[in-house]
Amino acid sequence: MVNITGSGLAGLSAAITLARKGIHSNIISVQEAQRAQSIMAEGGINAALNTMGENDDVFKHYEDTLKGGAYLADPNAVEGLAKQAPQIVNELLKLGVPFEMEGKKIIQRNFGGQKNKRTAYVKSSTGKMLMSALIDEARKYEVRGLIKVYDHHKAAEVVIEDGTCKGLIMKDQYTNQFYKLEGPVILASGGLGGFFQGYTTGSSDNTGELSADCFMKGVKMANLEMIQYHPTTIDIIGKRMLVSEAARGEGGRFMTYKDGKEYYFMEEMYPKEKNLVTRDVASRAVTKILNDKECDGNVYLDMRHLDKKVFERKLSDMREEVLDYQGIDIAKQPFKISPGIHYFMGGFYVNEKHETNIENLYAAGECACQYHGANRLGGNSLLGAIYGGKKAAENFTEDLSGKCIELTDQEDADVSPLFSRQLTQILLSGLGIIRNEETIKEAIVKLDELDHDLNPKEHTKLILGKAMLRSALERKESRGAHYREDCPETLEEFHKTTVAAYDKDIDIRFEDIPERRSA
Amino acid sequence: MRIEILRRDRGSDVCYLQVFEYTPEDERETIASMLDHLNGQEELKDIEGNSARKITYKKSCLQKKCGACAMLANGRPALACASKLCDLEEPIRLEPFKKFPVVEDLCVDRSIMKENLRQMKAWFEDEALVSEKRNAVSYESSRCLQCGCCLEVCPNFMIGSSFFGMAGAMPFSRILNEMNKEELKEARKTYNTRVFEGCGKSLSCRDVCPAKIKIGDMLVNSNAIAVWKRYIKD
Repeated sequence: MVNITGSGLAGLSAAITLARKGIHSNIISVQEAQRAQSIMAEGGINAALNTMGENDDVFKHYEDTLKGGAYLADPNAVEGLAKQAPQIVNELLKLGVPFEMEGKKIIQRNFGGQKNKRTAYVKSSTGKMLMSALIDEARKYEVRGLIKVYDHHKAAEVVIEDGTCKGLIMKDQYTNQFYKLEGPVILASGGLGGFFQGYTTGSSDNTGELSADCFMKGVKMANLEMIQYHPTTIDIIGKRMLVSEAARGEGGRFMTYKDGKEYYFMEEMYPKEKNLVTRDVASRAVTKILNDKECDGNVYLDMRHLDKKVFERKLSDMREEVLDYQGIDIAKQPFKISPGIHYFMGGFYVNEKHETNIENLYAAGECACQYHGANRLGGNSLLGAIYGGKKAAENFTEDLSGKCIELTDQEDADVSPLFSRQLTQILLSGLGIIRNEETIKEAIVKLDELDHDLNPKEHTKLILGKAMLRSALERKESRGAHYREDCPETLEEFHKTTVAAYDKDIDIRFEDIPERRSA
Repeated sequence: MRIEILRRDRGSDVCYLQVFEYTPEDERETIASMLDHLNGQEELKDIEGNSARKITYKKSCLQKKCGACAMLANGRPALACASKLCDLEEPIRLEPFKKFPVVEDLCVDRSIMKENLRQMKAWFEDEALVSEKRNAVSYESSRCLQCGCCLEVCPNFMIGSSFFGMAGAMPFSRILNEMNKEELKEARKTYNTRVFEGCGKSLSCRDVCPAKIKIGDMLVNSNAIAVWKRYIKD
């Protein structure tokens, strides 16, 4: 039995890979897979299929991914990802994902930071479409007994003894009964959105509590300071709503009003990439314009010039969404956007095989730190989740036995809403789009002040939050999503992975990035 | 605003109505944001000032994409995150779905939907057939949230009945649409027993589907394949 925490893309991908080899797995998930954050992914999945006559190839995908991530990702892992991508998309096709096609040829679109049209997509609902197909596929193996799904069960904590993972403890949310599941664990529980409650584009289920629990138990985490602010989100009640990068990919332009006139600032600031700069660059530029007194204090996406057919065929869902939430028809009027927290490049420190520093403990998907370096390219998260799940599953060659044991004296605390709000505000103050030593240090002091009368769960979260701030403090340079106005240069001495470890106290150090094996 | 919530404690059979007073912060507020605000208070109190247990409900995406927060709002199935308070008549009454076992408060056990899809064998043994021609139906049917709103209003669906309702029929529309000829033999039979024969065509599901899936079109396509045996040629 392999235990998988989470039923998003990474979790399902791992479970299906195992099942195809005849290996049993448990999926532990707070809700049904249809509620997983993966269903919210919009723009597409990258693969050098070279269907658009642009001489695209795997090497360009590899290069763009590394460069987009400011060379902080493991080049060997990225090479594996780029190489496998075409096969992954073809497998998805075999599972019936209705990719945008002409006849039998997959159509690909432009995305930020990519030289070629490389993103396969289904309108701007790609995540939902991939998930629907994988859910159907996983069902087959569920009925055959190879996958056992524990819906409405929360993976509360991992069991680590003598540096080895022995299983996990889960709680049935319907009965409050606790169980221990024995065996190795693949963490696929998503990113750290719960540390910024109400300020992310993601699911409210991604609390980050399991990540915090693992960190406190000695599982190392990497690049925690690398938080992606997506340049085009909308403020809706209780959260940020994503406007897919497909908006830019299909030709949308950033705009503001300067002296009462339309001003397409991105095209002036970045004459080469124009509106297709990477997300870190776009978010900083948008922030700059939002604070520019000569402009009107707003940034808009202008899509009025796009062909009618693009809205009908490729962006009908996005058009409906913006109409719904802002009352604006994007085909007729520019609409307001601003940056919002969207993705965590950092997470569990894993190697190419997705092993953590703890034996029998693996991590894949957004909870892990792999492939995206200091800034993730749009279209690489769905790919990274599927590929990562596969890679983690490939570590297993034989079916293992593992019991499910009922526990009687287990206790669980809830993180209070007040604590969550306080933690969020402190982290936001230190980990914004533009950072400096002073604000990060202030945030750390505030966290220390908050550290009293907390229950164990809250304390655990506070510690991981502090590790994020400490990572941002120690990286005295600017790279990718981490921009320090007090050290705006990118420095070779920080061309390293930030590794956070916990053993009574937080330890931050910089580890070498693996050298590329093949040229 | 007067908010009435039909509540039930875990493990209990007894329901009770609890009333809360709530003032929305702005006009965009939804049932979900209201519940989160109520639950986010240090101490939750009902309209009479009595201390109350936090209100249990399911949520995830909070933007109409995941189907988690389905419930009855003034008697009508809806997603809490999609229901603006200002669009609802006062007092606003929130109840759990009535066709599913209640776990606690507004949270119900919807596992029957998964069970039914397992019984339908909603998957492919061979490769799915994907093409430009088939894609529109596959896209539309893949959008199903599995929220259960359609089942809640359906006059023909009951847990345990041989008719599985649109929560079964929609994902299965993709399967029929993309399945090869060989595999279709069994799938056709399944569709006939689980969908076609049981559906009374009231189409009340169409009016409540929060994803606004074109249920009628999906049924026409599935009927053509499964009942009238029209095979799609690419």
